[in-house]
Amino acid sequence: MIETLTFTYPASSQVERRAHVGVVASGNCELLLEPHSEQHASVVVRTSAGGYGATWGAVLDRFFARHPVAVRLEIDDFGATPAVVAMRLEQALEQAR
Amino acid sequence: MTPHIGDSYAERDARERARALLDPGTFRELLDPFARMRSPYLAAQGVVSQSDDGVVVARGTLGGVRACVIATDGRFLGGAVGEIGGAKIAASLELARRDAERGMPMRVVLALDTGGIRLQEANLGLLAIAEICDAVVALRAHQPVVAVIAGRVGVYGGMSIVTALCNDVIVTEGARIGLNGPDVVETEAGADEFDASDRPLVWKVTGGRRRFAQGHATALVADDMPDIRAAVEDAFVRNRPFVAIERPEFPDPGLEREAFLRAYGITP
Repeated sequence: MIETLTFTYPASSQVERRAHVGVVASGNCELLLEPHSEQHASVVVRTSAGGYGATWGAVLDRFFARHPVAVRLEIDDFGATPAVVAMRLEQALEQAR
Repeated sequence: MTPHIGDSYAERDARERARALLDPGTFRELLDPFARMRSPYLAAQGVVSQSDDGVVVARGTLGGVRACVIATDGRFLGGAVGEIGGAKIAASLELARRDAERGMPMRVVLALDTGGIRLQEANLGLLAIAEICDAVVALRAHQPVVAVIAGRVGVYGGMSIVTALCNDVIVTEGARIGLNGPDVVETEAGADEFDASDRPLVWKVTGGRRRFAQGHATALVADDMPDIRAAVEDAFVRNRPFVAIERPEFPDPGLEREAFLRAYGITP
């Protein structure tokens, strides 16, 4: 079954534009990142690999601690490892800035 | 056919293939990922959906002429066509036909990389393929429809029928075209008949070089972006009329099987 996780983070900076990276394929994930009108980041993760909420939390905590950006972020995951997710997050931010 | 390292078509994703086929700087996507045209059927089956449903529709120009590139993403569920992605393809072809009828021709390229119908959407996928076939035939009355088969998946199932309806089919050696996929044939007929794990056999029977020799493809090019682009432009310039491949008559099915095996260099 697909597990849906949501996260929110405080934000202090903006992004210029939206970004789309990745693909829903084995060991990979797709990210849709958009500027958020409100001063926080809201994240929705839909994943086919259930039971990894704490791992997702750790990866996203670290990203938003380094980059407190006000974004709406959707992640559709097909079993990406934390390293792949971290790379996709950085890639999306690079495109959005 | 000299390969240029770093300019592979196969290594690009669907969106980048469409961008590279169009004239530089003209790529504009219709119903991009942020349109969130997802399949509504996958989540209920425990499968994660993709924001473009695996189909990229791009407008721009090709050789300076208005163009539309429709590219399927072979990495998402094997590029298989469901209701939403299928509707994107059929609607794009339909719009191109309407434009052609109004005297505004558009170069339409089907950059296919697909296993055929998405099994999770079964009948809806079948309907989509029927609509796409219908749309290709209708559009073909006005202008050529060109297929590029140069991805990692190839073209199988119902989408191989779509390919057969195109005026021009451009393939690479790495491409494959077949109705039933190798695993399907093996499951149906047994590994003695067709061993799907035998990659040389799979390419010998369904590979780009074979399909070109048989006349199922009209151009065989290297996996190189400039070569593929040149072949696409050439296809539109030549404006070949559609020619159906004539099927030889075999009154005796046994004879047909023998002839088939001989054609593939296998001793019956």
